[in-house]
Amino acid sequence: MRESKRFALLDDRPINKDAFVHEWPEAGLIVSDGPDDPKPSLRVEDGRVMEMDGVPREEMDMIDRFIADHALDLSVAQQAMSTPSEAIARMLVDINVSREEVSRLVAGCTAAKLVEIVGHMSVLEMMMGLGKMRVRRTPANQAHVTNRKENPALLAADAAEAALRGFAENETTVGVARYAPLNALSILVGSQVGRGGVLTQCAVEEGVNLRLGFKGLTSYAETLSVYGTEGAFVDGDDTPWSKAFLASAYASRGVKIRFTSGTGSEALMGHSEGRSMLYLEARCLLVTRGAGSQGVQNGSISCVALPESLPGGVRVILAENLLASMLNLEVASGNDALASHSDMRKTAKLMCQFIPGTDFVHSGFSAVPRYDNMFGGGCFDVTEYDDYNVIQRDMKIDAGLHPISEEEALTIRERAARAIQAVYKGLDFPSITEEEIEAAVTAMDSRDMPDRNVAEDLEAADAFLAGDRTVLDAIRALDEGGFPEVAERLLELTRQRVLGDYLQPSAIFDANFGVLSGINDPNDYRGPGTGYRLEGERWDKVRDIPQAKSPAGYLEGQGENPVERLKELGPAAKGDAPEVVIAVGPAFGKELTQTINGLPHDQVLEQVMTGIAEEGLSARLVKVHHSADCAFIGYAGAQLSGSGVSIGMQSRGTTVIHRADLAPLNNLELFSHSPNLTLESFREIGRNAARYAKGESVEPVPVKVDNWVRLRLIVKTMLLHRRECEEVDPDRPPTELWFDWEPDV
Amino acid sequence: MKKGCYVSEKEHYPLGEHARESVRSRTGRPLSDLTMENLRAGKIDADDLGIHPDTLREQASIAEEAGFPQLAANFRRAAELATVPNEKVLAVYEALRPYRLTYEELLALADEVELEYDAVENARFIREAAEVYRKQGLV
Repeated sequence: MRESKRFALLDDRPINKDAFVHEWPEAGLIVSDGPDDPKPSLRVEDGRVMEMDGVPREEMDMIDRFIADHALDLSVAQQAMSTPSEAIARMLVDINVSREEVSRLVAGCTAAKLVEIVGHMSVLEMMMGLGKMRVRRTPANQAHVTNRKENPALLAADAAEAALRGFAENETTVGVARYAPLNALSILVGSQVGRGGVLTQCAVEEGVNLRLGFKGLTSYAETLSVYGTEGAFVDGDDTPWSKAFLASAYASRGVKIRFTSGTGSEALMGHSEGRSMLYLEARCLLVTRGAGSQGVQNGSISCVALPESLPGGVRVILAENLLASMLNLEVASGNDALASHSDMRKTAKLMCQFIPGTDFVHSGFSAVPRYDNMFGGGCFDVTEYDDYNVIQRDMKIDAGLHPISEEEALTIRERAARAIQAVYKGLDFPSITEEEIEAAVTAMDSRDMPDRNVAEDLEAADAFLAGDRTVLDAIRALDEGGFPEVAERLLELTRQRVLGDYLQPSAIFDANFGVLSGINDPNDYRGPGTGYRLEGERWDKVRDIPQAKSPAGYLEGQGENPVERLKELGPAAKGDAPEVVIAVGPAFGKELTQTINGLPHDQVLEQVMTGIAEEGLSARLVKVHHSADCAFIGYAGAQLSGSGVSIGMQSRGTTVIHRADLAPLNNLELFSHSPNLTLESFREIGRNAARYAKGESVEPVPVKVDNWVRLRLIVKTMLLHRRECEEVDPDRPPTELWFDWEPDV
Repeated sequence: MKKGCYVSEKEHYPLGEHARESVRSRTGRPLSDLTMENLRAGKIDADDLGIHPDTLREQASIAEEAGFPQLAANFRRAAELATVPNEKVLAVYEALRPYRLTYEELLALADEVELEYDAVENARFIREAAEVYRKQGLV
């Protein structure tokens, strides 16, 4: 068979390393509209759900029972279930219907009804719905902070930088489970160095996780996984009741929680029961609500590649996020685990959450290099910070981050590494060396870090977890170790546990520990001009990327030393000799003195004149004042030229070879890619112009085509042209120039 | 907690702003006691950092009024657990996981948390779980 070179190239593209599969509903390989998905139904008798989505009460499994008895608001259930799903879908995108009105009605919907509602919606409509239904008005973001060596100095430094970059929550986990208390402590201290009020957690086994919370080493937990079938739930070693109890247990210690769910987990665990992924996720979300979790981490999370292997997968992941927000749940909306080999595909998917904004756009943006991400995550990582900040600036969207300078990063990293060093010293943990501090400040990843004695670290970790010491001992160590302001931030975080304000829906803290939640910062989007808008100081922070230069910087060096050998004589006359006229723009050699790629104007003139002389003709120099346009400069020169041939040059270097009988915008040769022109090109341009003047047949000067140049230099092009235009005098005819130089031919 | 007759619950929120002076920790100490000075002087221990059941009930009322009834119910269960020792909380969680206890043991556990800790809502919750676990074969 013949082989297409283009198809061969496509085969090698990153997108084709992703897995794609046809649907197979019986195995759960279908994202929505499964043939066996139940139809919505609800029968309530005496305030008790007797039948839900076609299942009578006596046949309900534990998930149905939990939903029926805890998740539904029966006072609106009848109204909700009898409202056509399409009508509720329309309410979601109708700016005249408030968020509260929708969520009040949705509270009475069963899982099948919820799925039917979003089934009517396109991705665009769902994004509109998500922007309106998000619980917190102000969007935010969450980071992953981990490393393979579980090095405390690096964890603290990365947590601090993440906090400084704007993440409102930092999450760590472990490679070796016993490291949990040390890792939790390292990112707690590091985060508070970076910015007061950043919430932290350490994702480990539930029992250990709760102990970390008891000790005050974590301020939130999102390890509470729930599943949409009984089989998967029990395989996860929990039930809705045990998870709900856990939620209360955390709240009883002043620790914020959110549940975790996501499409694909049941199918992956072999327990899909032949139902579509979205239907099962709707059940998860009702369990989450019923259990009294304030929020959920969903959007497929670690299973993301599974729905994305199927048609409609990315749409359904957005539908999950929307359903959660409709149910009044805080949403940390995925974009964490690796979702695609293709940058284009993963970014396209990200836009579903990034554009509407969610409570946490990522439930783990990797604030460490992908290599060190211990969550199996890193769909987006530190290497993409600048891309991210630029996209926020492009779209005027706040996805929770902002740019920082290298100096700020290095300073905060060192401070965090030294703070955790002080804590380790105060708690008699194995010491953190100066070498580790130095490495942590500038490291790419944990391969740059010295090895620690793992056995000693783990002994310290075990003793810390089992013993009586708590966050108070760490606070004392910070205070005594010369970090009183960090100690105060940790102490304020513990005071906040006593207040419990941040247990409310979608709560985060600002830098002054002011709480922002669905109670005091409720999303009030009601169409254009309402809701969260990126403006004021926050917009200044987002738009001021360090890469952006001052416009004046682009003109640096221009016009400082006008070409002294260039003298302006009187008005230019029409010539009659066999000459080539070199017509230059109004700022040439004076207000502007270099071409766009830095060639000095006098050297450019020398080369052009040498080229003309090599062909035995003389050159005459004129300055055009009435136009800054290359074609008209060349045209004006041609009218004055004895041979009729001219070279027209803008000050930035854009050049044309013109002839008197041609229309102004026509030409013999045009060199529009001025940044690609070298001194040698200018010499060849001179030579060719002379050959045209002699009536010879001419091979055009070869030019390098590099389309990226325009992209890189467009701002400079524009500013140079603007400067030239400032010198235009529409009424002034061309003047003769004298260039004090003779070609050596 | 200051409570005006006509003031809605939401008006109290955040407590850190509107009721900081009146909030007490689980051990009854005012928030203003939780200072660096007292920490340096060894006058604070870990128990002083617990949230008081009344504060959780206040947060429950705030959540209820703002339209988060299930969250409010969670806070009310949490209020009961605030004074239950850490190890007991861990033990109850473990007991509620599948296949850990028999139906009778679960009922006994419910009685225990109700009688010993006055955790009425949690006891009801455990009894409900016991019924479902028995029916689904998870005991």
